Amino acid sequence: MLETVLFLIFAAICVGGAINLLAQKHPISSALSLIVVMGSLAMVYLLLGAEFVAAVQIIIYAGAIMVLFVFVIMLLNAGEEERSATGSRVAMVLGVPGLLAAAVTTGWVLTRHGPASTPVVLGEFHGSAHAIGRLLFHEFLLPFEVTSVLILVAIMGAVVLARRGE
Amino acid sequence: MIPSGDYIRILPEIVLSIFGMLVMVIDPLLGENDDRKSIGVVSAIGALLALGATFIMAGHPGEAFYNILRVDDFAVFFHVVVILIALACILMSFEYLKVQEIRQGEYYGLILFGTVGMCLMSSAIELVMLFVAIEISSISTYILAGFRRRAAESAESSLKYFLLGSFATAFFLYGIALMYGATGSTNVDAIAAALRQGTPVMAYLAIALMMVGLGFKVAAAPFQVWTPDVYEGAPAPVVALMSTGPKAAAFAVLLRVLFGTAAPGWFWAVWIAAALSMTIGNFGALVQTNVKRMLAYSSIAHAGYLLVAFIAVRNMEQGVSAAMFYTAAYAAMNVGAFAVVSHFASAGEKYVSIEDYAGLGRRSPVLAAVLTVFLLSLIGIPITGGFFAKFYVFRAAVSSNLIWLTVIGLVNSAIGSYYYLRLLVMMYMKEPQSEESVPSVPFAAGFAMAGCVVATLYLGVFPNRVLQFAIESARTLVH
Repeated sequence: MLETVLFLIFAAICVGGAINLLAQKHPISSALSLIVVMGSLAMVYLLLGAEFVAAVQIIIYAGAIMVLFVFVIMLLNAGEEERSATGSRVAMVLGVPGLLAAAVTTGWVLTRHGPASTPVVLGEFHGSAHAIGRLLFHEFLLPFEVTSVLILVAIMGAVVLARRGE
Repeated sequence: MIPSGDYIRILPEIVLSIFGMLVMVIDPLLGENDDRKSIGVVSAIGALLALGATFIMAGHPGEAFYNILRVDDFAVFFHVVVILIALACILMSFEYLKVQEIRQGEYYGLILFGTVGMCLMSSAIELVMLFVAIEISSISTYILAGFRRRAAESAESSLKYFLLGSFATAFFLYGIALMYGATGSTNVDAIAAALRQGTPVMAYLAIALMMVGLGFKVAAAPFQVWTPDVYEGAPAPVVALMSTGPKAAAFAVLLRVLFGTAAPGWFWAVWIAAALSMTIGNFGALVQTNVKRMLAYSSIAHAGYLLVAFIAVRNMEQGVSAAMFYTAAYAAMNVGAFAVVSHFASAGEKYVSIEDYAGLGRRSPVLAAVLTVFLLSLIGIPITGGFFAKFYVFRAAVSSNLIWLTVIGLVNSAIGSYYYLRLLVMMYMKEPQSEESVPSVPFAAGFAMAGCVVATLYLGVFPNRVLQFAIESARTLVH
């Protein structure tokens, strides 16, 4: 039950973030929406019981790759700096009522239902680091090793394309 | 513990990877002004050794690395085709790179690594492995397309190929994910077993998405739009490679995915793709003035003929073996044609328009004769490989009652012969525009051309041995 509710919440946030990513004019705003998408995706993975993938999702995507994105955007200086003094209209109209509604709902749930006696189970944790390690170095050993050729090719490509005229 | 036999089953890939790294190490060890031909020689030796390793591999059929790949006749066939293509491209690059002043180290390395990917594509029976292999072969060709650094169209070619190619790979990956969702496995055999139990709707979607991805890689309509621009901008020997090598490997993947998994519901999709590719390719080629663009459209048309063989489902062995034979014949004649084009183009790829070929029959009789063989084979004239390739394909189609598609194919062949003949007329019946002598063909490129001529004529005069091998391989593939 709780799993489904949590899934719906995070799936909605994820899709909303993805739409917002496309709708935003400023690249930095888009990049920030991408973090929302990545974060909520990590939660979906966690709900599926894939703890390791969820952690990696946060560290690699929301962490490293996003920083790269933001760096590139800053270095390219893409997009004019535009500041609107009025702020987002959506936030103005829906912000205070929405927050109030959320607070009231939470309060209602907390007062009506006492502390739960049974712990909440979020799926069966099967994607542990141990299991993934076994898969990578056992059943999928060859694709894992061959990926090194792929990375080597990509590095060579970067060298070739980045070299200035000889 | 992994049994040592498994390593023999990837021996060609190991040899190619080692030589790829060797080339990368040798390049910086040479001095600034040293002759860099040795790098090319080393990579040609690597390709030759890989060919030898393929024959050792052929003696050890079976699965390897926990069912990730399978060495059977089918895999051996495509290993040989792909490695020979790579060898021919390496040989024709010796002179080309010097004339065009292109840096050599990474160039040969990328060809060798790309070949590793193509070889793995033909033997992998696990979709995850297939994906990694396709990416290796694609990424190295994206980069190779951009090697003419002085030409803006080369950068355009590389970028276009990269963006559209990544998009296509994403489709393929999505297809894999859905296939896993539908059948609970990414192994071709396990998928076949699961699909025999019943076909979930998701499986149809998965097949469709994978076909979009592979359709792009083989340049079949309606995913062909990138082909002319990319082929026009890329260096000519690289076009020889990428119009045959990754394409042959992608056809191998398509055969494995469609026939190996006994996938349902692709009949009409491939029917339409075949008819569209033939028609768009041939009509597009009619109006071209650039030889590379013309051959690009012709390669779309040939992808269409090849797809006809896929739909000959009533006799799958015949269809699959016709497709395999066509791949080999097409590789021989197309690599050869581009070998001539890349030699004739001279510095900066100046001479690539059809008018430049005027009077070539008088200016350089040998070069013109060699190109004539390949053009006749591309038309499908008897005693060339192209004839039997088309013959087997259409025979398979007729025996499966695909009358309409056969008619479309034959009409297209007739239309197609016009633009090949136009080039022939230009070479033999027009006055030369310039009296500038054509440089004589260097040994390595000449060797590559001669090899392609021999292969084209061999397939046209003695097609039985290759066809017999293809039929046996098809038997191992089709359940």
